[in-house]
Amino acid sequence: MIEVVNLTRYYGSFTALEGVSFNIDKGEIIGLLGLNGAGKSTTLKILAGLITASDGTVKFDGVDITENPDSVRAQIGFLPEDPPLYRDMTVTAFLSYIGKLKGMSAAEVRKRLPEVVELAQLQGRERQVIGTLSHGFRKRVGIAQAVIHNPSLVILDEPISGLDPKQIVGMRTVIRGLAKGRAVIVSSHILSEISQVADRILVINEGRLAAEGTEAELAAKAGKGDHRVVLTVKGEQAAFTKWLEEKPGVLSTTAHPIKRSGFASATIDVRDDEVRESIVPDALAAGFKVWLVEAPEDELEEIFLGLTKEVA
Amino acid sequence: MRNALLIAQRDLAAYLNGYVGYVIFFLILLGEGLFFNFFALGSGPQYSHEVLEGFFELCFGFTIAAGIFLTMFSITTEFGQRTDVLLTTSPVSDLEIIAGKYIAAMSMVTILTVLSIYMPAMIFVNGKVSLAHIGVGYIGVLGVGSVAVSVGIFGSSLFRSDAMWVSALTSLLAGLIAASIIFGFILLWWVAQKTDPPFTSILEFAALYDQQYQPFMEGRLRSTGLVYYGSLSFVFLTLATRMIGLRRWS
Repeated sequence: MIEVVNLTRYYGSFTALEGVSFNIDKGEIIGLLGLNGAGKSTTLKILAGLITASDGTVKFDGVDITENPDSVRAQIGFLPEDPPLYRDMTVTAFLSYIGKLKGMSAAEVRKRLPEVVELAQLQGRERQVIGTLSHGFRKRVGIAQAVIHNPSLVILDEPISGLDPKQIVGMRTVIRGLAKGRAVIVSSHILSEISQVADRILVINEGRLAAEGTEAELAAKAGKGDHRVVLTVKGEQAAFTKWLEEKPGVLSTTAHPIKRSGFASATIDVRDDEVRESIVPDALAAGFKVWLVEAPEDELEEIFLGLTKEVA
Repeated sequence: MRNALLIAQRDLAAYLNGYVGYVIFFLILLGEGLFFNFFALGSGPQYSHEVLEGFFELCFGFTIAAGIFLTMFSITTEFGQRTDVLLTTSPVSDLEIIAGKYIAAMSMVTILTVLSIYMPAMIFVNGKVSLAHIGVGYIGVLGVGSVAVSVGIFGSSLFRSDAMWVSALTSLLAGLIAASIIFGFILLWWVAQKTDPPFTSILEFAALYDQQYQPFMEGRLRSTGLVYYGSLSFVFLTLATRMIGLRRWS
């Protein structure tokens, strides 16, 4: 549906983006990861039609964004980090205005408004002046303006920044709802959020596409993959760590302090699947009562840092 | 054109829903009223047409001021509130954006002009002036207003800042630049006196007030004046369109 080929952008002599290529299909939620200044925002701005690329092409269903910008812009919804809102307007007046700017007729806007209000969870706020809304609701109005015209691609730049935990949960639901029948690109510096909503992740580093794939695929590329496990047992930490260090096939061990006395926990990197499968039976055989086996919580952060060579 | 009217409608609503539009209306009408009373009416005996010419003379300055005040925020505020993104990512051309801003500001200038009608009406009722003189004078006022609005929009298009407080400062700077440009066009008459032919006649023609506005003040409708004000407005609106188009490349 969306084909990005060799996207390059210069700001004077500075290369913000160089040779970035990727595809996005309908129904996909793409997570865009990158450090500050990596080229993330530049990518989003080019896709949204806000700035032009110095080189490369962006095609929507085969139509080049530079050849037919108006037709492509009508298919895109964009929510920047700070929602662009006319604070003196009511929610309904604002959404109607944006819908018409995007090329909808008054009748189409009237029909679409209730759907968008429901999708962005803005029920009961329709007649409220935007300037009087909380930050969370303004974000929702921002999302509503991005989808009022039923675009094929929705671009959300840091959609959860500044939201409280309850609003974040609500926003996740909204983002998942957006993917029905369209492509969504979500950029966020909160990696766990990307992990929760994205089907596929693009990692941009120093203006280049460093990696692309699902979280599992990226983990495999970064050498983490399925060979890492967090194990919590009933027993002394020192003894547990010593046992792990001596166990053949265990590459590294990171002990985690546990508040509850008599319990020990560690993140274990193993050589292969065979060693991974043997960890629990061997721990039991060594006299440790296995309490909990889980996947490492911060895996995506480590993958990301590994791919962008920031671990050191 | 549909998009330009949409933008104009929104901007006009913003002028009228907020206090800025009313403050400008109040100050301009107050200034016009006071100046009309003290200077146009004067203390000695005058013919009605002289009083009317005096009214249109003061309208020249006040309409320019109104046009600049109304437009100096027009584009800088879009950047300051980051709402420019809404326009840029919509299927709306840069020309439509500028046209929308122009239509909204010109609507305000027209309302302001209509609100000042009580002064010529008093001359009409108490003196002896023709409706045609009043009508032609107002056409001149709207011509000058069109130039002021266009130059103001151009001034506003020169700056872009995401920060609201910076955009407030750049709006003031935009207003100063617009005022300087207008002042420069008025001063062309004076510059013309210091030059030799053929520059004298060229500069006299290009001057905003002398050859172009005075006939309207006196009730003489001249097509060259209309073409002049239209052309000047067109040039500055085109420049503003080019300026906002540049942002996609910068």
